[in-house]
Amino acid sequence: MITKLSHTVIYVLNHDSAYEFYVNKLGFKVHTDAPMGEGERWLTIAAPEQENLEITLMEITEGRKYTKESAEQLRKLIKDGTFGFGVFETNDINATYEELKGKGVEFIKPPTKEFYATEALFKDDSGNWFSLTERQK
Amino acid sequence: MAKLYIDNHFADNIDIENVAIESHFSKFDFIRQFKRTYGKTPYNYLKKVRLSKAEELLKYSNLSIKEVCFSVGYSSISSFSGLFKKEIGIPPQEFKKAFEKRTDMIQHKPLKYIPGCFAEKNGWKKSNFKEVE
Repeated sequence: MITKLSHTVIYVLNHDSAYEFYVNKLGFKVHTDAPMGEGERWLTIAAPEQENLEITLMEITEGRKYTKESAEQLRKLIKDGTFGFGVFETNDINATYEELKGKGVEFIKPPTKEFYATEALFKDDSGNWFSLTERQK
Repeated sequence: MAKLYIDNHFADNIDIENVAIESHFSKFDFIRQFKRTYGKTPYNYLKKVRLSKAEELLKYSNLSIKEVCFSVGYSSISSFSGLFKKEIGIPPQEFKKAFEKRTDMIQHKPLKYIPGCFAEKNGWKKSNFKEVE
């Protein structure tokens, strides 16, 4: 029986820029930030109230993992906003929306009451889409 | 916003009562509203921000424990160390050493720390990544 998700991944275009976005703008905690040789880096973060779920920020670059062609294809898909990587929760969506907007986060949809939750949509610095939701109380 | 004020001034001597006045709430209403929005009282949120910043400095800076303590807004090293141990589980000095050891191990023996679905995909495997036994 599977019990939990402990690690997941978000593909990003640049580690430094993703660090600035997720840590300094969204307020995530750095779990591990270690250079891995050949310009590679193991960077994982965690949401402030969910420190046991490591989110790996995986930079897409040509190298041991990707050929030049596949890296270019994947980077284009990310930039084009192809991927929606997840849903982040907040206790007060209006306050969080205003705070993040003030920090320069690009929102595609302001807080809107939907059947499942009040939801806003934003993009990260690479182009990935996320929902920001406040559950019905 | 009170949260942003705490985020930006955690290293100062913050008086929550003054933050409440600035927010145009009574202290009671301010604390209740803050807790409803952020899930913690302003005092606990301030403590969390300070300890989180302390963790970051212990991990990624060369500051001494004393410098970290003052940098995050505490004026007593013993209070800071005691609080850090109570909340994080180990004293700051041990936390720093454990993190340095873990980082070193991740770099030299990645397969012991990084799940295979990531390590193998990145080519961090024994055949092409130098592991130090």
